[in-house]
Amino acid sequence: MYSKKVMDHFQHPRNVGEIDNASGVGTVGNAKCGDIMRMYLNIDDHGIIRDCKFKTFGCGAAVAASSMATELVKGKTIQEGLAVSNKTVMEALDGLPPVKIHCSLLAEEAIHAAIWDYAKKHHIKIEGLQKPKLDISEGTEKGK
Amino acid sequence: MIYLDNAATTKTAPEVVNAMLPYFSELYGNPSSIYTIAKKSKEAITASREIISGVLGAKPEEIYFTASGSEADNWALKAAFEAYKRKGKHIITTKIEHHAILHTCKYLEKERGARITYLDVDENGVVQLEQLEHAITPETILISVMFANNEIGTIQPIKDIGLIARKHDILFHTDAVQAFGRLPISVDEYHIDMLSSSGHKINGPKGIGFLYIRKGVKIQSFVHGGDQERKRRAGTENVPGIVGYGVATKYAVETMRERTQKESKLGNYMIQRINDEVPNCKLNGHPFKRLSNNVNFSFEFVEGESLLIMLNMEGIYASSGSACTSGSLDPSHVLLAIGLPYEIAHSSLRLTFSDETTKEDIDFTVDKIKEIVKKLRTMSPLYEDFVAGKRKSMIQ
Repeated sequence: MYSKKVMDHFQHPRNVGEIDNASGVGTVGNAKCGDIMRMYLNIDDHGIIRDCKFKTFGCGAAVAASSMATELVKGKTIQEGLAVSNKTVMEALDGLPPVKIHCSLLAEEAIHAAIWDYAKKHHIKIEGLQKPKLDISEGTEKGK
Repeated sequence: MIYLDNAATTKTAPEVVNAMLPYFSELYGNPSSIYTIAKKSKEAITASREIISGVLGAKPEEIYFTASGSEADNWALKAAFEAYKRKGKHIITTKIEHHAILHTCKYLEKERGARITYLDVDENGVVQLEQLEHAITPETILISVMFANNEIGTIQPIKDIGLIARKHDILFHTDAVQAFGRLPISVDEYHIDMLSSSGHKINGPKGIGFLYIRKGVKIQSFVHGGDQERKRRAGTENVPGIVGYGVATKYAVETMRERTQKESKLGNYMIQRINDEVPNCKLNGHPFKRLSNNVNFSFEFVEGESLLIMLNMEGIYASSGSACTSGSLDPSHVLLAIGLPYEIAHSSLRLTFSDETTKEDIDFTVDKIKEIVKKLRTMSPLYEDFVAGKRKSMIQ
Protein backbone atom coordinates (compact mmCIF):
# COMPACT_ATOMS: atom_id res chain seq x y z
CA MET A 1 0.00 0.00 0.00
CA TYR A 2 2.84 2.44 0.82
CA SER A 3 5.94 3.21 -1.25
CA LYS A 4 9.39 2.31 0.07
CA LYS A 5 10.04 5.97 0.75
CA VAL A 6 6.89 6.33 2.83
CA MET A 7 7.81 3.25 4.84
CA ASP A 8 11.35 4.55 5.31
CA HIS A 9 10.13 7.91 6.60
CA PHE A 10 7.57 6.23 8.81
CA GLN A 11 10.07 3.77 10.29
CA HIS A 12 12.82 6.36 10.61
CA PRO A 13 11.10 9.71 10.81
CA ARG A 14 13.46 12.66 10.41
CA ASN A 15 13.34 15.65 12.73
CA VAL A 16 10.87 14.39 15.29
CA GLY A 17 10.57 16.56 18.35
CA GLU A 18 10.07 20.06 19.63
CA ILE A 19 12.13 23.24 19.34
CA ASP A 20 12.36 25.32 22.50
CA ASN A 21 11.54 28.95 21.81
CA ALA A 22 10.81 28.19 18.18
CA SER A 23 10.37 31.13 15.80
CA GLY A 24 7.08 29.67 14.69
CA VAL A 25 4.80 26.77 15.64
CA GLY A 26 1.78 25.57 13.69
CA THR A 27 -0.72 22.83 14.51
CA VAL A 28 -3.21 21.64 11.91
CA GLY A 29 -5.68 18.82 11.38
CA ASN A 30 -8.32 17.47 13.70
CA ALA A 31 -8.94 14.43 15.75
CA LYS A 32 -12.16 13.60 13.91
CA CYS A 33 -10.30 12.50 10.81
CA GLY A 34 -7.50 11.14 12.93
CA ASP A 35 -4.56 13.32 11.94
CA ILE A 36 -2.98 16.16 13.88
CA MET A 37 0.33 17.64 12.81
CA ARG A 38 2.49 20.17 14.64
CA MET A 39 5.46 21.86 12.98
CA TYR A 40 8.20 23.87 14.73
CA LEU A 41 10.47 26.24 12.77
CA ASN A 42 13.59 28.13 13.65
CA ILE A 43 14.06 31.01 11.23
CA ASP A 44 17.21 33.16 11.36
CA ASP A 45 17.58 36.89 10.82
CA HIS A 46 18.07 36.34 7.09
CA GLY A 47 14.78 34.54 6.79
CA ILE A 48 16.37 31.12 6.38
CA ILE A 49 14.68 28.10 7.98
CA ARG A 50 17.56 26.79 10.05
CA ASP A 51 15.72 24.04 11.85
CA CYS A 52 12.42 22.27 11.59
CA LYS A 53 10.88 19.64 13.82
CA PHE A 54 7.50 17.95 13.95
CA LYS A 55 5.10 15.92 16.03
CA THR A 56 2.25 14.01 14.45
CA PHE A 57 -0.71 11.99 15.66
CA GLY A 58 -1.75 10.07 12.60
CA CYS A 59 -1.33 7.18 10.26
CA GLY A 60 1.83 6.02 8.52
CA ALA A 61 1.28 8.44 5.64
CA ALA A 62 0.79 11.40 7.97
CA VAL A 63 4.02 10.65 9.82
CA ALA A 64 5.95 10.15 6.58
CA ALA A 65 4.52 13.34 5.04
CA SER A 66 5.50 15.36 8.12
CA SER A 67 8.97 13.88 8.13
CA MET A 68 9.46 14.57 4.42
CA ALA A 69 8.12 18.11 4.76
CA THR A 70 10.69 18.93 7.46
CA GLU A 71 13.46 17.69 5.17
CA LEU A 72 12.13 19.76 2.29
CA VAL A 73 11.99 23.08 4.15
CA LYS A 74 15.20 22.83 6.16
CA GLY A 75 17.81 25.32 4.92
CA LYS A 76 15.30 27.02 2.64
CA THR A 77 14.13 30.62 2.60
CA ILE A 78 10.65 31.41 3.83
CA GLN A 79 9.46 31.82 0.28
CA GLU A 80 10.96 28.50 -0.72
CA GLY A 81 9.37 26.92 2.33
CA LEU A 82 5.99 28.30 1.35
CA ALA A 83 6.45 26.83 -2.11
CA VAL A 84 6.61 23.30 -0.66
CA SER A 85 3.17 22.08 -1.60
CA ASN A 86 1.31 18.88 -0.89
CA LYS A 87 2.28 17.81 -4.40
CA THR A 88 5.96 18.40 -3.65
CA VAL A 89 5.67 16.28 -0.52
CA MET A 90 3.78 13.55 -2.33
CA GLU A 91 6.23 13.40 -5.20
CA ALA A 92 9.16 13.29 -2.80
CA LEU A 93 7.51 10.29 -1.13
CA ASP A 94 6.99 8.52 -4.49
CA GLY A 95 3.26 8.95 -4.14
CA LEU A 96 0.56 8.22 -1.56
CA PRO A 97 -2.58 6.07 -1.83
CA PRO A 98 -5.61 8.19 -2.87
CA VAL A 99 -7.23 8.03 0.58
CA LYS A 100 -4.02 9.42 2.08
CA ILE A 101 -3.65 12.51 -0.09
CA HIS A 102 -5.04 14.66 2.70
CA CYS A 103 -1.99 13.71 4.80
CA SER A 104 0.30 15.54 2.35
CA LEU A 105 -2.09 18.47 2.40
CA LEU A 106 -1.79 18.52 6.15
CA ALA A 107 1.99 18.75 5.85
CA GLU A 108 1.71 21.74 3.52
CA GLU A 109 -0.74 23.44 5.87
CA ALA A 110 1.46 22.73 8.88
CA ILE A 111 4.41 24.54 7.28
CA HIS A 112 2.15 27.48 6.40
CA ALA A 113 0.71 27.57 9.89
CA ALA A 114 4.20 27.64 11.46
CA ILE A 115 5.35 30.43 9.12
CA TRP A 116 2.12 32.32 9.83
CA ASP A 117 2.87 32.06 13.55
CA TYR A 118 6.42 33.35 12.90
CA ALA A 119 5.09 36.30 10.89
CA LYS A 120 2.56 37.13 13.56
CA LYS A 121 5.15 37.04 16.33
CA HIS A 122 7.54 39.25 14.36
CA HIS A 123 4.84 41.56 13.04
CA ILE A 124 5.87 41.04 9.45
CA LYS A 125 3.83 40.52 6.38
CA ILE A 126 4.89 37.72 4.08
CA GLU A 127 3.83 37.89 0.51
CA GLY A 128 1.64 35.05 -0.62
CA LEU A 129 1.00 33.80 2.91
CA GLN A 130 -2.63 33.45 3.84
CA LYS A 131 -4.05 32.64 7.21
CA PRO A 132 -3.85 28.87 7.33
CA LYS A 133 -6.89 26.68 7.67
CA LEU A 134 -6.07 24.99 10.92
CA ASP A 135 -8.76 22.42 10.59
CA ILE A 136 -8.47 20.77 7.21
CA SER A 137 -10.59 17.71 7.67
CA GLU A 138 -12.66 18.95 4.75
CA GLY A 139 -9.60 19.52 2.63
CA THR A 140 -9.50 16.23 0.80
CA GLU A 141 -11.21 17.59 -2.30
CA LYS A 142 -8.31 19.95 -2.88
CA GLY A 143 -5.90 17.04 -2.81
CA LYS A 144 -7.93 15.00 -5.24
CA MET B 1 4.77 -14.46 12.99
CA ILE B 2 2.10 -13.85 15.61
CA TYR B 3 -1.31 -13.78 13.99
CA LEU B 4 -3.80 -11.97 16.19
CA ASP B 5 -6.47 -11.17 13.63
CA ASN B 6 -8.64 -14.25 13.87
CA ALA B 7 -11.83 -12.18 13.83
CA ALA B 8 -10.88 -11.19 10.27
CA THR B 9 -10.17 -14.73 9.18
CA THR B 10 -8.61 -17.92 10.47
CA LYS B 11 -6.17 -20.46 9.14
CA THR B 12 -7.93 -23.31 7.39
CA ALA B 13 -7.21 -26.28 9.63
CA PRO B 14 -5.11 -29.06 8.02
CA GLU B 15 -7.80 -31.65 8.73
CA VAL B 16 -10.30 -29.39 6.97
CA VAL B 17 -8.06 -29.09 3.92
CA ASN B 18 -7.50 -32.86 3.86
CA ALA B 19 -11.22 -33.53 4.03
CA MET B 20 -11.83 -31.13 1.16
CA LEU B 21 -9.13 -32.34 -1.23
CA PRO B 22 -10.87 -35.45 -2.63
CA TYR B 23 -13.81 -33.27 -3.67
CA PHE B 24 -11.55 -31.38 -6.04
CA SER B 25 -9.64 -34.27 -7.52
CA GLU B 26 -11.68 -37.50 -7.48
CA LEU B 27 -15.17 -36.80 -6.22
CA TYR B 28 -15.79 -33.78 -8.41
CA GLY B 29 -19.24 -34.84 -9.55
CA ASN B 30 -22.12 -32.41 -9.67
CA PRO B 31 -24.39 -33.32 -6.74
CA SER B 32 -27.41 -32.89 -9.01
CA SER B 33 -26.27 -35.71 -11.33
CA ILE B 34 -27.24 -39.32 -10.78
CA TYR B 35 -24.04 -41.36 -11.25
CA THR B 36 -21.86 -42.70 -8.46
CA ILE B 37 -19.35 -39.89 -7.89
CA ALA B 38 -22.15 -37.35 -7.95
CA LYS B 39 -23.99 -39.34 -5.33
CA LYS B 40 -20.89 -39.15 -3.16
CA SER B 41 -20.87 -35.36 -3.46
CA LYS B 42 -24.50 -35.26 -2.49
CA GLU B 43 -23.90 -37.49 0.51
CA ALA B 44 -21.03 -35.30 1.61
CA ILE B 45 -23.26 -32.22 1.51
CA THR B 46 -25.93 -34.02 3.49
CA ALA B 47 -23.39 -35.05 6.11
CA SER B 48 -22.15 -31.46 6.55
CA ARG B 49 -25.66 -30.12 6.71
CA GLU B 50 -26.48 -32.60 9.45
CA ILE B 51 -23.41 -31.66 11.47
CA ILE B 52 -24.33 -27.98 11.29
CA SER B 53 -28.04 -28.40 11.96
CA GLY B 54 -27.23 -30.68 14.89
CA VAL B 55 -25.06 -28.01 16.48
CA LEU B 56 -27.89 -25.47 16.31
CA GLY B 57 -30.63 -27.88 17.31
CA ALA B 58 -32.17 -27.27 13.90
CA LYS B 59 -33.41 -29.58 11.15
CA PRO B 60 -31.01 -30.31 8.28
CA GLU B 61 -33.46 -28.87 5.75
CA GLU B 62 -33.35 -25.54 7.60
CA ILE B 63 -29.68 -24.98 6.69
CA TYR B 64 -29.09 -23.17 3.38
CA PHE B 65 -25.50 -22.92 2.18
CA THR B 66 -24.38 -19.57 0.78
CA ALA B 67 -21.07 -18.20 -0.49
CA SER B 68 -20.45 -16.05 2.59
CA GLY B 69 -21.81 -14.65 5.82
CA SER B 70 -22.48 -11.40 3.98
CA GLU B 71 -24.64 -13.21 1.44
CA ALA B 72 -26.58 -14.85 4.26
CA ASP B 73 -27.14 -11.44 5.90
CA ASN B 74 -28.25 -9.89 2.61
CA TRP B 75 -30.59 -12.74 1.88
CA ALA B 76 -32.17 -12.76 5.33
CA LEU B 77 -32.94 -9.05 5.32
CA LYS B 78 -33.89 -8.47 1.71
CA ALA B 79 -36.00 -11.57 1.28
CA ALA B 80 -37.73 -11.25 4.65
CA PHE B 81 -38.59 -7.67 3.84
CA GLU B 82 -40.07 -8.62 0.46
CA ALA B 83 -42.01 -11.52 1.94
CA TYR B 84 -43.45 -9.65 4.92
CA LYS B 85 -43.73 -6.06 3.69
CA ARG B 86 -47.46 -6.36 3.29
CA LYS B 87 -47.62 -6.86 7.02
CA GLY B 88 -45.37 -3.87 7.69
CA LYS B 89 -42.20 -2.18 6.54
CA HIS B 90 -40.39 -1.65 9.80
CA ILE B 91 -37.12 -3.39 10.71
CA ILE B 92 -35.21 -3.00 13.97
CA THR B 93 -31.46 -3.47 14.08
CA THR B 94 -28.52 -1.91 15.96
CA LYS B 95 -25.85 0.67 15.31
CA ILE B 96 -23.06 -1.85 15.81
CA GLU B 97 -23.97 -4.42 13.17
CA HIS B 98 -21.55 -5.56 10.49
CA HIS B 99 -21.78 -3.57 7.25
CA ALA B 100 -23.39 -6.59 5.59
CA ILE B 101 -26.42 -5.74 7.74
CA LEU B 102 -26.11 -1.96 7.91
CA HIS B 103 -25.54 -1.40 4.20
CA THR B 104 -28.36 -3.80 3.36
CA CYS B 105 -30.63 -1.81 5.68
CA LYS B 106 -29.58 1.42 3.96
CA TYR B 107 -30.45 -0.18 0.64
CA LEU B 108 -33.87 -1.28 1.90
CA GLU B 109 -34.49 2.21 3.26
CA LYS B 110 -33.45 3.96 0.08
CA GLU B 111 -34.73 1.64 -2.61
CA ARG B 112 -37.49 -0.45 -1.09
CA GLY B 113 -39.31 1.92 1.24
CA ALA B 114 -38.32 0.23 4.47
CA ARG B 115 -38.23 2.08 7.78
CA ILE B 116 -35.30 1.05 9.91
CA THR B 117 -34.65 1.69 13.59
CA TYR B 118 -30.98 1.52 14.51
CA LEU B 119 -30.83 0.87 18.25
CA ASP B 120 -28.18 2.49 20.40
CA VAL B 121 -26.00 0.37 22.61
CA ASP B 122 -24.59 1.16 26.05
CA GLU B 123 -20.93 1.96 26.70
CA ASN B 124 -20.09 -1.75 26.72
CA GLY B 125 -21.82 -2.32 23.40
CA VAL B 126 -24.91 -4.06 24.78
CA VAL B 127 -28.37 -3.55 23.30
CA GLN B 128 -30.88 -2.24 25.84
CA LEU B 129 -33.95 -4.46 25.96
CA GLU B 130 -36.31 -1.65 27.06
CA GLN B 131 -35.24 0.36 24.03
CA LEU B 132 -35.86 -2.63 21.80
CA GLU B 133 -39.37 -3.16 23.18
CA HIS B 134 -40.04 0.53 22.92
CA ALA B 135 -39.06 0.56 19.23
CA ILE B 136 -41.52 -2.18 18.29
CA THR B 137 -44.58 -1.02 16.35
CA PRO B 138 -47.44 -2.97 14.72
CA GLU B 139 -45.49 -2.45 11.48
CA THR B 140 -42.36 -4.20 12.74
CA ILE B 141 -41.64 -7.36 10.75
CA LEU B 142 -38.05 -8.16 11.60
CA ILE B 143 -35.49 -7.72 14.37
CA SER B 144 -31.87 -8.30 13.41
CA VAL B 145 -29.25 -8.19 16.18
CA MET B 146 -25.79 -9.69 15.91
CA PHE B 147 -24.90 -12.48 18.33
CA ALA B 148 -21.47 -11.10 19.17
CA ASN B 149 -19.67 -8.08 17.84
CA ASN B 150 -16.72 -8.53 15.51
CA GLU B 151 -14.80 -5.49 16.74
CA ILE B 152 -15.27 -5.28 20.48
CA GLY B 153 -16.41 -8.86 21.11
CA THR B 154 -19.49 -7.92 23.15
CA ILE B 155 -22.06 -10.72 23.37
CA GLN B 156 -25.70 -9.65 23.12
CA PRO B 157 -28.56 -10.94 25.31
CA ILE B 158 -29.81 -13.00 22.37
CA LYS B 159 -32.15 -15.18 24.39
CA ASP B 160 -33.95 -12.13 25.81
CA ILE B 161 -34.13 -10.50 22.40
CA GLY B 162 -35.53 -13.71 20.94
CA LEU B 163 -38.18 -13.81 23.67
CA ILE B 164 -39.23 -10.25 22.92
CA ALA B 165 -39.46 -11.01 19.19
CA ARG B 166 -41.50 -14.13 19.89
CA LYS B 167 -43.82 -12.27 22.26
CA HIS B 168 -44.60 -9.72 19.57
CA ASP B 169 -44.68 -12.29 16.77
CA ILE B 170 -41.79 -10.67 14.91
CA LEU B 171 -39.13 -12.53 12.93
CA PHE B 172 -35.75 -12.62 14.63
CA HIS B 173 -32.52 -12.80 12.64
CA THR B 174 -29.05 -12.90 14.16
CA ASP B 175 -25.71 -12.45 12.45
CA ALA B 176 -23.74 -15.15 14.27
CA VAL B 177 -20.61 -14.95 12.12
CA GLN B 178 -18.38 -14.38 15.16
CA ALA B 179 -20.36 -16.56 17.54
CA PHE B 180 -21.04 -19.79 15.66
CA GLY B 181 -18.60 -22.45 16.82
CA ARG B 182 -17.44 -20.27 19.69
CA LEU B 183 -20.60 -20.01 21.82
CA PRO B 184 -23.31 -22.61 22.36
CA ILE B 185 -26.33 -21.69 20.24
CA SER B 186 -29.77 -23.28 20.25
CA VAL B 187 -32.16 -21.78 17.73
CA ASP B 188 -35.18 -23.05 19.65
CA GLU B 189 -34.05 -21.94 23.08
CA TYR B 190 -33.09 -18.50 21.75
CA HIS B 191 -36.14 -18.18 19.47
CA ILE B 192 -33.97 -17.51 16.45
CA ASP B 193 -35.79 -17.59 13.10
CA MET B 194 -32.78 -16.90 10.89
CA LEU B 195 -29.06 -17.07 11.59
CA SER B 196 -26.05 -16.20 9.42
CA SER B 197 -22.64 -17.80 9.68
CA SER B 198 -19.38 -18.01 7.76
CA GLY B 199 -16.91 -20.89 7.37
CA HIS B 200 -13.58 -19.10 7.40
CA LYS B 201 -14.10 -17.66 10.89
CA ILE B 202 -13.88 -21.11 12.46
CA ASN B 203 -10.87 -22.59 10.64
CA GLY B 204 -13.04 -23.57 7.72
CA PRO B 205 -12.56 -22.48 4.12
CA LYS B 206 -13.39 -19.08 2.63
CA GLY B 207 -16.26 -18.80 0.17
CA ILE B 208 -18.81 -20.73 2.21
CA GLY B 209 -21.46 -19.62 4.68
CA PHE B 210 -24.99 -20.57 5.55
CA LEU B 211 -28.30 -19.09 6.47
CA TYR B 212 -30.47 -21.00 8.90
CA ILE B 213 -34.12 -20.39 8.05
CA ARG B 214 -36.70 -21.77 10.46
CA LYS B 215 -39.31 -23.93 8.80
CA GLY B 216 -42.38 -21.82 8.13
CA VAL B 217 -40.51 -18.55 7.53
CA LYS B 218 -41.74 -17.52 4.14
CA ILE B 219 -38.67 -16.04 2.58
CA GLN B 220 -38.09 -16.39 -1.12
CA SER B 221 -35.22 -17.59 -3.24
CA PHE B 222 -32.19 -15.35 -3.35
CA VAL B 223 -30.56 -16.89 -6.42
CA HIS B 224 -32.87 -18.28 -9.09
CA GLY B 225 -32.00 -20.94 -11.61
CA GLY B 226 -31.85 -24.38 -10.08
CA ASP B 227 -33.24 -26.79 -7.54
CA GLN B 228 -30.28 -26.61 -5.17
CA GLU B 229 -30.89 -25.81 -1.50
CA ARG B 230 -34.56 -26.70 -1.81
CA LYS B 231 -34.96 -24.22 -4.70
CA ARG B 232 -34.11 -21.34 -2.41
CA ARG B 233 -30.51 -20.79 -3.48
CA ALA B 234 -29.63 -21.91 -6.99
CA GLY B 235 -26.09 -22.65 -8.15
CA THR B 236 -24.04 -25.82 -8.15
CA GLU B 237 -23.00 -26.43 -4.58
CA ASN B 238 -19.51 -25.54 -3.38
CA VAL B 239 -18.94 -29.17 -2.42
CA PRO B 240 -15.37 -28.89 -1.09
CA GLY B 241 -16.36 -25.75 0.81
CA ILE B 242 -19.40 -27.41 2.35
CA VAL B 243 -17.35 -30.47 3.31
CA GLY B 244 -14.69 -28.26 4.89
CA TYR B 245 -17.33 -26.26 6.73
CA GLY B 246 -18.78 -29.44 8.21
CA VAL B 247 -15.40 -30.67 9.45
CA ALA B 248 -14.53 -27.23 10.84
CA THR B 249 -17.88 -27.04 12.66
CA LYS B 250 -17.42 -30.48 14.17
CA TYR B 251 -13.96 -29.55 15.39
CA ALA B 252 -15.07 -26.15 16.71
CA VAL B 253 -17.93 -27.63 18.69
CA GLU B 254 -15.97 -30.58 20.06
CA THR B 255 -13.19 -28.32 21.31
CA MET B 256 -15.36 -25.31 22.22
CA ARG B 257 -15.21 -25.57 25.96
CA GLU B 258 -11.52 -26.24 26.28
CA ARG B 259 -10.57 -23.79 23.56
CA THR B 260 -12.63 -20.87 24.80
CA GLN B 261 -11.49 -21.43 28.38
CA LYS B 262 -7.87 -21.28 27.26
CA GLU B 263 -8.55 -18.18 25.17
CA SER B 264 -10.37 -16.43 28.02
CA LYS B 265 -7.46 -17.12 30.33
CA LEU B 266 -5.00 -15.67 27.83
CA GLY B 267 -7.31 -12.76 27.08
CA ASN B 268 -7.74 -11.84 30.73
CA TYR B 269 -4.00 -12.12 31.22
CA MET B 270 -3.39 -9.79 28.29
CA ILE B 271 -6.01 -7.29 29.47
CA GLN B 272 -4.50 -7.31 32.94
CA ARG B 273 -0.96 -6.79 31.67
CA ILE B 274 -1.93 -3.94 29.35
CA ASN B 275 -4.00 -2.24 32.04
CA ASP B 276 -1.15 -2.56 34.52
CA GLU B 277 1.70 -1.63 32.24
CA VAL B 278 0.45 0.89 29.69
CA PRO B 279 -0.80 4.22 31.04
CA ASN B 280 -3.79 5.97 29.46
CA CYS B 281 -5.43 3.03 27.80
CA LYS B 282 -8.94 1.64 27.87
CA LEU B 283 -10.48 -1.75 27.21
CA ASN B 284 -13.30 -1.46 24.67
CA GLY B 285 -16.35 -3.72 24.88
CA HIS B 286 -17.90 -5.53 27.80
CA PRO B 287 -15.47 -6.44 30.61
CA PHE B 288 -16.59 -10.08 30.69
CA LYS B 289 -19.59 -10.65 28.38
CA ARG B 290 -17.20 -10.77 25.45
CA LEU B 291 -15.90 -13.31 22.96
CA SER B 292 -13.18 -15.38 24.56
CA ASN B 293 -10.65 -14.53 21.87
CA ASN B 294 -11.23 -10.78 21.61
CA VAL B 295 -9.15 -8.04 23.22
CA ASN B 296 -9.77 -4.47 22.07
CA PHE B 297 -7.91 -1.52 23.55
CA SER B 298 -7.60 2.17 22.83
CA PHE B 299 -4.19 3.69 23.51
CA GLU B 300 -4.74 7.39 23.99
CA PHE B 301 -2.62 9.87 21.95
CA VAL B 302 -1.57 7.13 19.51
CA GLU B 303 -3.15 6.53 16.12
CA GLY B 304 -4.20 2.97 15.31
CA GLU B 305 -2.75 2.55 11.86
CA SER B 306 0.71 3.67 12.97
CA LEU B 307 0.48 1.14 15.76
CA LEU B 308 -0.53 -1.59 13.31
CA ILE B 309 2.33 -0.89 10.89
CA MET B 310 4.84 -0.95 13.72
CA LEU B 311 3.41 -4.19 15.09
CA ASN B 312 3.55 -5.60 11.56
CA MET B 313 7.26 -4.79 11.46
CA GLU B 314 7.64 -6.95 14.57
CA GLY B 315 5.75 -9.77 12.89
CA ILE B 316 2.55 -9.17 14.86
CA TYR B 317 -0.67 -9.00 12.85
CA ALA B 318 -3.66 -7.20 14.35
CA SER B 319 -6.35 -4.73 13.30
CA SER B 320 -7.70 -1.31 14.25
CA GLY B 321 -10.89 0.71 14.10
CA SER B 322 -9.00 3.82 13.05
CA ALA B 323 -10.25 5.63 9.96
CA CYS B 324 -6.98 5.04 8.20
CA THR B 325 -7.63 1.33 8.11
CA SER B 326 -11.19 1.68 6.88
CA GLY B 327 -10.50 3.72 3.76
CA SER B 328 -12.74 6.52 4.97
CA LEU B 329 -12.15 9.50 7.21
CA ASP B 330 -14.34 8.20 9.99
CA PRO B 331 -13.27 5.69 12.58
CA SER B 332 -15.24 2.53 13.29
CA HIS B 333 -19.01 2.99 13.65
CA VAL B 334 -18.95 0.45 16.49
CA LEU B 335 -16.46 2.43 18.56
CA LEU B 336 -18.42 5.64 17.98
CA ALA B 337 -21.64 3.85 18.95
CA ILE B 338 -20.21 2.86 22.35
CA GLY B 339 -19.58 6.57 22.90
CA LEU B 340 -15.86 6.83 22.31
CA PRO B 341 -14.62 10.28 21.30
CA TYR B 342 -13.07 10.32 17.81
CA GLU B 343 -9.52 10.51 19.17
CA ILE B 344 -10.02 7.38 21.24
CA ALA B 345 -11.75 5.52 18.42
CA HIS B 346 -8.80 6.29 16.14
CA SER B 347 -6.51 4.87 18.81
CA SER B 348 -7.98 1.39 18.93
CA LEU B 349 -6.27 -1.94 18.48
CA ARG B 350 -8.07 -5.26 18.11
CA LEU B 351 -6.28 -8.50 18.95
CA THR B 352 -8.13 -11.74 18.30
CA PHE B 353 -6.62 -15.11 19.23
CA SER B 354 -6.82 -18.62 17.87
CA ASP B 355 -6.32 -21.86 19.74
CA GLU B 356 -2.70 -21.74 18.59
CA THR B 357 -2.01 -18.47 20.43
CA THR B 358 0.38 -18.99 23.34
CA LYS B 359 1.23 -17.08 26.49
CA GLU B 360 4.63 -16.36 24.93
CA ASP B 361 2.86 -14.74 21.96
CA ILE B 362 0.85 -12.59 24.35
CA ASP B 363 3.88 -11.59 26.39
CA PHE B 364 5.89 -10.69 23.29
CA THR B 365 2.95 -8.71 21.89
CA VAL B 366 2.35 -6.77 25.11
CA ASP B 367 6.09 -5.99 25.36
CA LYS B 368 6.04 -4.65 21.80
CA ILE B 369 2.82 -2.69 22.33
CA LYS B 370 4.44 -1.01 25.33
CA GLU B 371 7.51 -0.04 23.33
CA ILE B 372 5.57 1.15 20.29
CA VAL B 373 2.98 3.13 22.23
CA LYS B 374 5.80 4.84 24.08
CA LYS B 375 7.62 5.63 20.85
CA LEU B 376 4.50 6.93 19.10
CA ARG B 377 3.63 9.06 22.11
CA THR B 378 6.99 10.82 21.92
CA MET B 379 5.92 11.76 18.38
CA SER B 380 2.39 12.78 19.31
CA PRO B 381 1.38 16.44 19.65
CA LEU B 382 -1.61 15.30 21.71
CA TYR B 383 0.69 13.61 24.20
CA GLU B 384 2.94 16.66 24.28
CA ASP B 385 -0.06 18.79 25.23
CA PHE B 386 -1.17 16.23 27.80
CA VAL B 387 2.25 16.21 29.47
CA ALA B 388 2.31 20.01 29.42
CA GLY B 389 -1.06 20.04 31.15
CA LYS B 390 -2.77 21.70 28.16
CA ARG B 391 -4.92 18.70 27.40
CA LYS B 392 -6.96 16.39 29.58
CA SER B 393 -7.13 12.65 29.14
CA MET B 394 -10.37 11.57 27.47
CA ILE B 395 -10.28 8.20 29.18
CA GLN B 396 -12.04 8.09 32.51
